[in-house]
Amino acid sequence: MRDVAVIGIGCTPFGEKWGSSFRDLFVQAGTMALEDAGVAGEEIGAMYVGNMSAGRFIEQEHVGALIADYAGLATAHIPSTRVEAACASGGLSFRQAFIAVASGLEEIVVAAGVEKMTDVGTGVSVDALAGAADREWEGFVGATFPGLYAMIATDYMNRYPLTREQLAQVAVKNHYNGARNPIAQFSQEITIETVLSSSLVADPLRLFDCSPITDGAAAVVLAPLERAREYTDTPVRVLASAQASDTIALHDRRDISTLDATVAAGKRAFEMAQLSPRDIDLVEVHDCFTIAEICAIEDLGFCRKGEAGRLTEEGVTALGGDLPVNTSGGLKACGHPVGATGIKQVCEVVQQLRGEAGRRQVDGARIGMTHNVGGTGATVAVHILGV
Amino acid sequence: MSSVARFWRKIPQRYNLVGTRCATCGRYFFPPRNLCPDCRRAGKIVEHRFAGTGTVVTYTVIRTASEQFEQMTPYVLAVVQLDEGPRFTAQLVCRPEEARIGLRVRPVFRRISADGESGVIHYGTKFAPGTP
Ligand SMILES: [Zn+2]
Repeated sequence: MRDVAVIGIGCTPFGEKWGSSFRDLFVQAGTMALEDAGVAGEEIGAMYVGNMSAGRFIEQEHVGALIADYAGLATAHIPSTRVEAACASGGLSFRQAFIAVASGLEEIVVAAGVEKMTDVGTGVSVDALAGAADREWEGFVGATFPGLYAMIATDYMNRYPLTREQLAQVAVKNHYNGARNPIAQFSQEITIETVLSSSLVADPLRLFDCSPITDGAAAVVLAPLERAREYTDTPVRVLASAQASDTIALHDRRDISTLDATVAAGKRAFEMAQLSPRDIDLVEVHDCFTIAEICAIEDLGFCRKGEAGRLTEEGVTALGGDLPVNTSGGLKACGHPVGATGIKQVCEVVQQLRGEAGRRQVDGARIGMTHNVGGTGATVAVHILGV
Repeated sequence: MSSVARFWRKIPQRYNLVGTRCATCGRYFFPPRNLCPDCRRAGKIVEHRFAGTGTVVTYTVIRTASEQFEQMTPYVLAVVQLDEGPRFTAQLVCRPEEARIGLRVRPVFRRISADGESGVIHYGTKFAPGTP
């Protein structure tokens, strides 16, 4: 296996993009990534695209070929593969591209992610997202996706010292970061009161505990490390790529409040990079709901179970803290176009490691981590990047 | 979105809490599994009808639902652990403020959802506080 680097990144603004189609979004992100890398289209050996549910959201399947076609690569006949793992589709797309380059099979590979979610009404999108969990035995009885994470929150708050205010602080912090990210869906800061006065979605989670419905696309270009400097002065090395699975249904988990797939993928990633949690300068975690960020910080090994609420309250995970979490604004404030999220996390870490994150820059960041979750934890992808 | 065939296939399980048991290791499964994750090919799966008494492990109150469930909101959703061991997701037939972790529950036969498009009404098992 050979070393791999990210040599280019591109991400569309996230939000309700009424004027942009599915095709517009990924062409925009892909073009930005290729320009950033200084790579010509004909140099691309393969493409992977993370996408959860184009079939439900825009009634289009076969999006691997569609993307290669509209990227102007149909006549090059390059292999283009759609990767699906619900909200972890992007993370898995990145991992597939990493494996293709690391193995020596491919040289220049694009990993992309895209989701166009706002062409359908809320009822349809809620139902489509419920397909990330067990349709037959969770969705059928009325379990919504927020409802499943709410049941994690109920269990967690019954067992560990997490206050409703600490949970709200996760959203407050992520909106603060999002307000400093030009591509974020939400640019306004909020207060704990904003969260606590928003409407209940699934007790104890309120509207501002939940990530939004978002359109967006992101793309990155990977190359062998030994060739990276032909393209860029600031290659970012992929130090680890790990993936893990767990039961599809929340009710079958060993522990409702621990995502064992996060624990497993995190351990494998630290082993592969020969690093420990202390070495990480910043981490993008999968905060589809505020409780998910609390669980992720603990399950990745940054603190013991039950401590993340206090760390959040004390500002440890804020910009300027010891472990900045979700400097992009996270899924909560930057937005969550499900298939694109895992790639956007990589874009954010690369920006930080290059020192190009502007008002949300983590000083001296050298090692960053991404954590992307599918469903309620049935798939997890963890990557570590470094300069 | 749930097709008629897809629903009818699961009627014995949904109506009567029929699951499975691994005769090799004694582990119970609901929802039913045809492969024991502990014994895999060495496992011997047999049908098992559950008594249905159990305990609430965790719960929530759903306030925003998908179209099929919109008219039922707010409703209580829970992970229930049957006395034989397996856990699964079900609605509770109780007021939101009655729901709590550790609540003892018993099965009741109820309407689960109405499929707007096809007009099909789905029935199945919900759980109510108390013992039979
Ligand atoms: Zn067995």
